[in-house]
Amino acid sequence: MPDAHTVSSYDDELRFLVRRLSEMGGIAERMVADSVAALVNADAALAQRVISEDLLLDNGEREIYDKAVLVIAKRQPMASDLREIIGSIRIASDLERVGDLGKNIAKRVIAVHTMAQPRKLVRGLEHLAELALTQLKEVLDAFATRSPSLATSIRERDEEIDAIYTSLFRELLTYMMEDPRNITACTHLLFCAKNIERIGDHATNIAETVYYVATGEQIAGDRPKDDETASMIAPAPGSA
Amino acid sequence: MLTDTTIEKKLTAMANDPKIKMRGNKVNVFYGEKQALFDVDLDVPGNAVMALIGPSGCGKSTFLRCLNRMNDTIDICKVTGDITLDGEDIYDPKIDVVELRARVGMVFQKPNPFPKSIYENIAYGPRIHGLTKTKAELDEVVESSLRKAAIWEEVKDRLQEPGTGLSGGQQQRLCIARAIAVSPEVILMDEPCSALDPIATAKVEELIDELRLNFTIVIVTHSMQQAARVSQRTAMFHLGNLVEEGPTDKMFTNPDTKLTQDYITGRFG
Repeated sequence: MPDAHTVSSYDDELRFLVRRLSEMGGIAERMVADSVAALVNADAALAQRVISEDLLLDNGEREIYDKAVLVIAKRQPMASDLREIIGSIRIASDLERVGDLGKNIAKRVIAVHTMAQPRKLVRGLEHLAELALTQLKEVLDAFATRSPSLATSIRERDEEIDAIYTSLFRELLTYMMEDPRNITACTHLLFCAKNIERIGDHATNIAETVYYVATGEQIAGDRPKDDETASMIAPAPGSA
Repeated sequence: MLTDTTIEKKLTAMANDPKIKMRGNKVNVFYGEKQALFDVDLDVPGNAVMALIGPSGCGKSTFLRCLNRMNDTIDICKVTGDITLDGEDIYDPKIDVVELRARVGMVFQKPNPFPKSIYENIAYGPRIHGLTKTKAELDEVVESSLRKAAIWEEVKDRLQEPGTGLSGGQQQRLCIARAIAVSPEVILMDEPCSALDPIATAKVEELIDELRLNFTIVIVTHSMQQAARVSQRTAMFHLGNLVEEGPTDKMFTNPDTKLTQDYITGRFG
C-alpha cells in the first residue's frame, strides 16, 4: 500500500475493498478446486456444497459495489485511488463469474455422477483445472502485491489453457463419435471444460485490471489465444 | 450566439494548434530574504484554461501574481527571470503596467465589487482606458460583458442598484464581467469560487469553460476536482518549485511524480 491518507477513514474504506476482494478470491479458488474434485471423485455431496457457496460470492460482489460507489461519492478519489476502486469493482465481477462457473460444474457433477465417465478425459479436465487454478491463485497474488510484471506473465500463459482445452474438445468429439451412449456424459464434460477455460479468461481479465491499477496504462498487445474450437467440426461418420 | 458545432470546431482547431500566450522562464521571486519561487519555467497556452495547484504556500498564487505584475504592489518583493506575453517581456521598464493589467485581468478570491452601481462597476474600466467614445458604445460594452459573464439576465432590470447588493455568486460573476469589460487577453483567477456556494460555483465553472473561446485563463484553485473539471492543463507547485505540468486528464488519473500523486489523492498538503 502507498503512504497513508491524511484522512485515515479513507484508508479504512480502501482496505475494506482489498480485504473483501481477497476473501472473495479465496472462496472462488476453493469453489473451483472443490467442483473439479467433486467431478473427479463423483462426489455429489461436495458438489452440493459448492453450489451453496456461490451465494457468498454474490453477496461479496454486491457489497463491494455498494462500498465502492459510496467511497467515490464521499471521497472523490483521484489517480491511483480511483484506479484501485474501479479495479475492485471489475475484479469483484470477474470473481463472481468464476464462482458461477464453478457452481455450474458442480451442477453437472450432480447430473452425471452416476454415469460411467472416460477416466482419461476426467484426468485431462483435472489437468486443465490445475492450470486455471494456478492462474487464479497467481493473479490474486499479483493483485495483493500490485505486481505488473506478474500480471503480464499470467496473461501470457492463458494460451496454454486454450491449447489444452482445444485438445480436450477434440478428444470428447471422438468419444461421442465412437459410442452415442457417451454423448450425455461427454456433453457435460465439454461444458465443464469450457467453464474451466472461461475461468482462465477471467484470471486474464483480472491480470489486465491489476496491470492497469498498478501502472495507469493498459497492458500492451493482443491477448495470446490458442482456442481453435470455434472452427472445429467432427469428421463425418465412417470417414475417419 | 455561437452554435455548439461551431464552438466545437473552434476548440478542436485550438487544441490542434496550441499557441503559447504567456511564458515564464527561470522565474525566481523573493519576499525580502525569503525565496518564494525557484527557477519556474512554465508556458501558458492560449485559449485554454491552465490550473495551478499545490498546498498552501507552494508559490502558485505568487506565480499567478507575477503574470500581471501584481507583485509590484508589494515593496519587498523582487522578481527575476523572464515573463513574456506574446513574446514581449512584461517586466521591461518600457511596459506600461496599467496597460499590462488591462491585457491581463484578474479576479480575486473574494468578490470585490466597487461600492457603485452594477452599471458603473462594468463601465469604469472601459471609460478610464478610453475604450468607448459614446454612451451608446459604453452601454453596449456593459451589456456584452454582463452577457459573457452569464449574469445579464439576472441584473438587466437593476443596473443602477449597487453591485454590493448582489449575492456572493452574482458579485463574483459581476467581477468577472468587470474583468472582461476592458477586453483582456488573459484572465487570472485566484481561487474564484472559494467563497461561493456549490450552485454559484457551478455557474462560474460553466462560465470559465465558455470564456476559453475568447480568453486565456489561469486559475489557482485548492479544489482538485475543480482543477480537473475546468482546465486543459495543470501545473503542480510545491515549496516554490514547479513539480509537474501536463494535460489535466493525465495529471488526475496517472501523474508522473509521486509528489503530485500524493497531493491529489490526499496524502499530504
